[in-house]
Amino acid sequence: MVPINYYIILSAILFTIGVLGVLIRRNALIIFMSIELMLNAANLAMVAFGSIFKTPEGEQVFSGQIFVFFVIAVAAAEVAVGLALIVEIFKSKRSIDVDQMNSMKG
Amino acid sequence: MYLAETSTAFAFLAPWLVFAPVLGLLINMIFGKRLSEAWVGTIASLASGATFVISVLLAYTVSMNHGEVIRWRLAEWIHIGNLSLDWTFRIDSLSTTMMLVVSGVGTLIHIYAIGYMHEDVRFKNDPGRFPRFFVFLNLFIAAMMILVSGDSYLMLFVGWEGVGLCSFLLIGFWYEMDTLARPSWANSDAAKKAFVVNRIGDFGFLIAGFLMFWYLGNSFQFDQVFEAAKEAPSGIIVAITLFMLVGVAGKSAQIPLYVWLPDAMAGPTPVSALIHAATMVTAGVYLITRSAELYMLVPQAQNIVALTGAITALFAATIAVGQYDIKRVLAYSTISQLGFMVAAVGMGAFVAGMFHLVTHAFFKALLFLSAGSVILGMERGHHHAEHAHGHHEDTQGKKKEERGHDAHHEEAGAEHGEVFDPGDMRNMGGLRETMPVTYWLYMIGTLALAGIVPFAGFWSKDEILLDASLHNQTVYWLLTIAAFFTAFYMGRQIWMVFFGQPRHEAAAHAEESKPIITIPLMVLAGLSVLGGALNLPFEGFHNLGHWLEHTLHEVESLPLNLMVAGISTVLALAAIYISWLVYGRNPLRAGQIDPLKKALGGFFTGAENKWFVDEIYQAIIVTPFTKISYFLADVIDWRFWHDWFHETVVAGTYNWVSNIGLNVYADQKGIDAIANGLGTWTQAFSAILRKVQNGFVRSYALSVLLGVVFILGYLILK
Repeated sequence: MVPINYYIILSAILFTIGVLGVLIRRNALIIFMSIELMLNAANLAMVAFGSIFKTPEGEQVFSGQIFVFFVIAVAAAEVAVGLALIVEIFKSKRSIDVDQMNSMKG
Repeated sequence: MYLAETSTAFAFLAPWLVFAPVLGLLINMIFGKRLSEAWVGTIASLASGATFVISVLLAYTVSMNHGEVIRWRLAEWIHIGNLSLDWTFRIDSLSTTMMLVVSGVGTLIHIYAIGYMHEDVRFKNDPGRFPRFFVFLNLFIAAMMILVSGDSYLMLFVGWEGVGLCSFLLIGFWYEMDTLARPSWANSDAAKKAFVVNRIGDFGFLIAGFLMFWYLGNSFQFDQVFEAAKEAPSGIIVAITLFMLVGVAGKSAQIPLYVWLPDAMAGPTPVSALIHAATMVTAGVYLITRSAELYMLVPQAQNIVALTGAITALFAATIAVGQYDIKRVLAYSTISQLGFMVAAVGMGAFVAGMFHLVTHAFFKALLFLSAGSVILGMERGHHHAEHAHGHHEDTQGKKKEERGHDAHHEEAGAEHGEVFDPGDMRNMGGLRETMPVTYWLYMIGTLALAGIVPFAGFWSKDEILLDASLHNQTVYWLLTIAAFFTAFYMGRQIWMVFFGQPRHEAAAHAEESKPIITIPLMVLAGLSVLGGALNLPFEGFHNLGHWLEHTLHEVESLPLNLMVAGISTVLALAAIYISWLVYGRNPLRAGQIDPLKKALGGFFTGAENKWFVDEIYQAIIVTPFTKISYFLADVIDWRFWHDWFHETVVAGTYNWVSNIGLNVYADQKGIDAIANGLGTWTQAFSAILRKVQNGFVRSYALSVLLGVVFILGYLILK
């Protein structure tokens, strides 16, 4: 069995890559992908913890895995909404560079 | 005793003494404008007549009751602690005597006034004012009834003030003109004068009332006060009686407060007859008689009362000699006769005083009302004369005639530029021919007033003189000389008014008055002739004395003293003869100076000018008073309190404190600065914060990351 630490380290690496992607890249699609990366990093962590999460009597508890399904479902919905927004923004601005979307500047 | 059981039978009517006239005045007040003059007058006269009927029934009840006092409690008035005051009617021989005089003479004057006011309101161009007169007249009857029927000094005082109010209202009845109907405030000034002078008297009465309440058994009820007075120190009684005398001097026009009465002649003549001759002004005499038991305790106060009355009697009689206005002569005569009454009651001759009060009410009402008839006759004559002139002068004057005679009257007056005084005796003369009925009535009144046998005035005046001759020689001589002057000025009046040749066109054209005016006068004339029979100085004829004995306890019935009666009669006849020598033998011609002026010089000038009493009062009281008032108002109140204290000190300090202290320091530099500082600070702070909102989605994401890192770090490391 692969030790749990590996999963956590992988998950942390993936999450960091996602964060850096969001912060560094200017393309909205890439940012979206980075967000998916962070979500999946969290999913990986939850599944990993869920595999070792047992009751005091030694029975397996699947709450981590179940939660991951919810996250995947919500992420799918979020992508649908997000992509629709990006399409609309592109229609009006002919660009999906997030640095040009600064009309909310105070 | 069958009679004793039924004797209070009519006492229940007592409250209607007041309610009947009040009812009458309410009807006239509400419907007066819509009713005809005849109805208004009839309602008012009926209301007054009802009080007379009730008075008769009450007097009958008293006599059935053998003079016992009957009290009829109508309602509780004031109830505070131990003090309990009721509205109680006191029915005894004294109060019923007053009721009979007031309501009897009052009713006759009401009837007379229907005729008099009918013409008066037309001569003065305001027929709509007719009902108001009768409302006031009924109000007066009601107030007078409260006065005479009250069972306590406080109830008496209510009536006392009520009649004062009516006097004020009626003197100022033609408030917007003077006695000659010119626009002026003279009549309302006369009304104010009467009211203010009476207030001075009322003040004395009030002080007497307070002293009485404090020292005489905490009560105002007559019998309780008299009972307590027997044990009280005489100093207190003297103070009470003398303060009461101040009230009497105000209401009954005695020295030094008589000055309002001559001016009160500004009121219509029925008012002069009813209020300022027959009834209201005798309230003071009634008050002293009612308080007989107090006055009997203190002879020194009695002396002062008697002297006040006697001096007033003589003083006013001398002034009457020099007057030219027919009503003013009678006004001073009234003051003089009131002096007789006050002197009588001052000497303890209460019956004589009341007797003179009753007869004087008859003959002075007669004289005043006849004088009113003369004045109306002169007005009619004047109108006639003007009318005739108008016809002669304007040949194309038809237009003027059509406008109705009132307008014409005014225009004619304006054209001639001369104001006619219908009351001035210098304009009269020869009225015997044109107004025969009035002449005879006036003659009867004059003989009664002058004290000629067997008219009423002789018997009552003689009784006073007789009492004076026994009790107080000074008073006796003062009154005897006053009686001489009385006969003289009345003789002068008769010769000037009714004899000789007319001195003015108006007198030549004068017309006799209608029966509604002359018939009440005939009744009064009858009473003036026969009134003496009330109390003849012969054994068995002291009717009034025996009647009042029930209330006054000690009454001495004096027999006729031929000496006293002889002197007064001889003097009266001599006075009339002298007046004939001066005014009758060589009648006054138009524009001629009064012959007495040459003969008497300074004396006549003094009398003519009322001994300058009004001027003296003006100089020593009114002017200083006005100056003090102006000083208080201008200097003390305005300049000191308003300008200096309020404006400078209070307002200045306030302004300084609020401007400098509060406005600049506390408000501007304190509260304002905090509020403004908050705003500035918020702006500066938000200018910094604004930079965070740069619109770059990645920088927001970075903040979220840093926040998460911070919170997680905190949660892990805590």
